[in-house]
Amino acid sequence: MDRLSYIASRLLQVIPVIFGCTLVCFFMLHLVPGDPARTMLGVHATPQGVARLHREWGLDQPLWRQYLDYLNRLLHGDLGTSLFYNLDVAQLIKDRLPPTLWLLFLSALMSVLIAIPLAMLAASKPDGARDQVVRVVPMIGLGMPAFWTGIILLILFALNLGRVFPVGGYGHGFTGHVRSMILPSLTVALFISPILIRSLRASLLEVLQADYVTTARAKGIPERRVMIKHALRNGVISMVTVLGLNIAYLVGGTLVVEQVFALPGIGQLMLAAIFQRDFTVVQAIALVFAILVVLINLLTDIVHAMLDPRVRFD
Amino acid sequence: MASAALEPATSLVEDRGRGFAGRWYRTPSFVAGLLILGTLIGLALAAPLVTRYSPTAQDLHHTLSGSSSQHWLGTDQLGRDVWSRLVYAGRVDLKVGFLAVLLPFLIGTTLGSLAGYYGGKLDMLIAYLVNVVVAFPFYVLIIAMSFVLGPGERSIYIAITFVGWVSYTRIIRAEILVAKRREYVEAAKVAGLRDSRIIVRHLLPNVIMQAVIFAMSDIILSLAAIVTLGYLGLGIQPPTPDWGDMIAGGQNFITTKWQLSVFPGLCVVLTGLGLSLLADGVNDLMRPE
Repeated sequence: MDRLSYIASRLLQVIPVIFGCTLVCFFMLHLVPGDPARTMLGVHATPQGVARLHREWGLDQPLWRQYLDYLNRLLHGDLGTSLFYNLDVAQLIKDRLPPTLWLLFLSALMSVLIAIPLAMLAASKPDGARDQVVRVVPMIGLGMPAFWTGIILLILFALNLGRVFPVGGYGHGFTGHVRSMILPSLTVALFISPILIRSLRASLLEVLQADYVTTARAKGIPERRVMIKHALRNGVISMVTVLGLNIAYLVGGTLVVEQVFALPGIGQLMLAAIFQRDFTVVQAIALVFAILVVLINLLTDIVHAMLDPRVRFD
Repeated sequence: MASAALEPATSLVEDRGRGFAGRWYRTPSFVAGLLILGTLIGLALAAPLVTRYSPTAQDLHHTLSGSSSQHWLGTDQLGRDVWSRLVYAGRVDLKVGFLAVLLPFLIGTTLGSLAGYYGGKLDMLIAYLVNVVVAFPFYVLIIAMSFVLGPGERSIYIAITFVGWVSYTRIIRAEILVAKRREYVEAAKVAGLRDSRIIVRHLLPNVIMQAVIFAMSDIILSLAAIVTLGYLGLGIQPPTPDWGDMIAGGQNFITTKWQLSVFPGLCVVLTGLGLSLLADGVNDLMRPE
């Protein structure tokens, strides 16, 4: 199989997965105990409101019909109407997308910047004291709930130590956005970097055993240069793949962190929707996040296949 | 003849058993993990003995007080004893965290065994289900599920099961794919044993340890999820104390009483560290000396 057919076949694989995601989101509504419309409206439920939701969600139709209608609306870009705001959900999500994308991008960047030096430090002397310390860091990091790390960073850098960063919000203008994004991005980066440190350390150790590294050393190239020029280059490819594959985890981290730092992104929209019992918004955001993850995974696979000639296309 | 053939296998098992019993106390990560986790679980179990106040008893005349001989870690915004709440919250969160991985473990292991052993269409179907579930970010699905099912312990179990089985399926499937090509499986097949017996009696005992080690890290993830749900108000419901709810409650006072948010988080981190060390230690012990 050549590269183009590989890409085409990966694209085709994505379609049934996205289809499955729509099924999960659709059936979520039917998991609501009792009458979903009544439950969603809560204490404010009126007969008219319940009837409106029944009509809107097609709850009086057979299940297969409801699903086909849902799919048909999705294909036309219609994610439904928010019960709380009475606005188009697609538009609501579009308005809230920039802070979330900013946060995702900066967190990914920061996590790579944290992982590279630490993994290099650990791999340079396996089982040495530095390695042991670096190996314990991910153990502590994995058990830290992201929102709690956010609160600790707030206490340290926004409320004490010179108060260099804002306590929350999205800031104004480009510099304002960047300044307000540093602590939230660092929080998400600390949440994801333990996984990256582990994978980069393992792949560096593997690469450092490779014949071409031995050759480089035999030629008398200094160890630091061997590490940066020869080992790191190959190690980073696999780390970026790991980052791509863990994008779902990363996205999940941003969701809660947005709440801690009052960032007006999709995560905060989803949590607000939960407290407003706005089911359409929750359902739409779950689907958008899932499709985002599927597409990023696809992109990671394709980029990996392009960069690494060892990937076999079968 | 038969007993002679069985001999090496029996002594191998004994060797491994002796190895584990004789080596665990010389494995630092195992001992450290056991100590940390043992202390936390011990405190949680002995909660009524190590606390003087009810975790829900309010004392509005002594709110947000500092540490004293009466209240070791002070009181919160409603005058409740922070130490009591920490210990009782540990009781709830550790219980739910450990129990929450049971169902994913069972379902994931079963599906992984079936997919790995039979392959073919069943494998493809299970792989498809796995791909659909992993497309959803962990927290997005957990939060959305707790929302539709309504907050509370039952929803936590259902939500974590819905998301969590996937990892066990992947691990066991991969292990079974390798193990089923071994000679002892071929021998069992030739001997005419039923598939279910081969899977349960011959394959699973050889591969299950990988899933058990993963379960230890999975408890960390499920605990983090439970605490996160608690923080968002979707998890364990007040007045039952929960570390997540305690962190959320303390967040309004971080300028004056940062301890209210920091201590419950430290308990989560300690539990995670204990479990990680224990998993690491078991992993080391599994390797032949």
